[in-house]
Amino acid sequence: MLALAAAAAQAKEAPPAVADPELEKRVMTLSEELRCLVCQNQTLADSHAELAVDLKNQVREKLAAGMSDKDVIDYMVERYGDFVLYRPPVKGTTWVLWFGPFLLLGGGIAMLLVKLAKRRGAEDAVPDTDLRRAASLLEGKNDTKEQA
Amino acid sequence: MKRFLLPLAIFVGLLAFLAVGLRLNPREIPSPFIGKPAPSFKLAQLHEADKTISPQDLAGQVWILNVWASWCVSCRAEHPVLMDFARANLVPVVGLNYKDGRDDGIKWLREFGNPYVVSAFDNDGRVGIDYGVYGVPETFVVDKKGVIRMKYTGPLTREAVAEKLMPLIKELKSA
Repeated sequence: MLALAAAAAQAKEAPPAVADPELEKRVMTLSEELRCLVCQNQTLADSHAELAVDLKNQVREKLAAGMSDKDVIDYMVERYGDFVLYRPPVKGTTWVLWFGPFLLLGGGIAMLLVKLAKRRGAEDAVPDTDLRRAASLLEGKNDTKEQA
Repeated sequence: MKRFLLPLAIFVGLLAFLAVGLRLNPREIPSPFIGKPAPSFKLAQLHEADKTISPQDLAGQVWILNVWASWCVSCRAEHPVLMDFARANLVPVVGLNYKDGRDDGIKWLREFGNPYVVSAFDNDGRVGIDYGVYGVPETFVVDKKGVIRMKYTGPLTREAVAEKLMPLIKELKSA
C-alpha cells in the first residue's frame, strides 16, 4: 500500500479517452464486475488505487476501440485470472462455493425436521398401561397403580 | 455421550477449514500465465533510451523477469537477494522498470547496485498490465521456449530463491 501511495504521487494518470457519457456508463458497469487486485475487497469502480485507475482506463480504451463487454472481461481474466471477477464464475472448481451454502442449509433444515418429528412422536406415544389406567379411573374405579 | 459426537465432529471439521484458511496468503493470486508464452513487448531500455529490449531477444535461454521501481519499498528489501542471485551468474535477470521516472530508476540502480543485464522502461505500466502485475516486486521465470514457468509475487527472500527458484532454473536449464 505504501509503495502504491508513493506511486500515486509520481506516476501520472492517463487522460480519459473521450468525454462520452454512454461509454462512461459502460465503463462503470463493467468496473463493478471487476476486482481491484490491490484492495481486494473493492471493485475497480470503488477503488482509487493506482492500478485500479490504470485498469479502468484500459477498460475505457478497449470499449472505445469497439470491444464488447465480454471481450474486456476475457482480456482481464487472461491477465489476472478468475480472481479479477468480483462474482466468481460457476464452474467445476467453484461448485462447492456456489452450492455449498445451500447444501448446508438444506442439511440443517432436514436435521431439524427429523428432530421435530421424533420429538412429536415421543409426546404422542403414551404407553398402553397408562391409557388403561386412565380409562379405569374415568370409570370411577380405584387407581390400580396405588394398590399394586 | 453419543449425542455430542456429531456436533463435535462438525466443530473439528470447521476448525480444520479455519486453520487452513488462516495459513493461506490472500495476496498470492494464482497466475493465469504459468505454462503460457511470456507476453511480447518491445520497450526502450532504461539506460539507453534509443535501444529496445524484447522477450524475443532472450529466446533460447532461461531468464528471469523482475518487475521493480524506485518508488517500491519492498524492492529495496528484495534488492540484496537479487544482487546475490545475479552475482551467481546462473541466468540473465532482466528488469522491468514499472511506472517509474527514467532518472529515478537509473539513480536507484546507481545507489543500490544493478543486478539486471538490462532493464526495460515501462513508463505507463502497459507491459505491467499485460503481465498481470498488481504488486511490485514480481518475478517471472521464463524457459528456453519463452514460456512462463513460475511467478513469484512480492519481495524474493533467500529461502524462496533457494527452495523455489534455484531447483526450477536448474531443471529448465538442463531441459
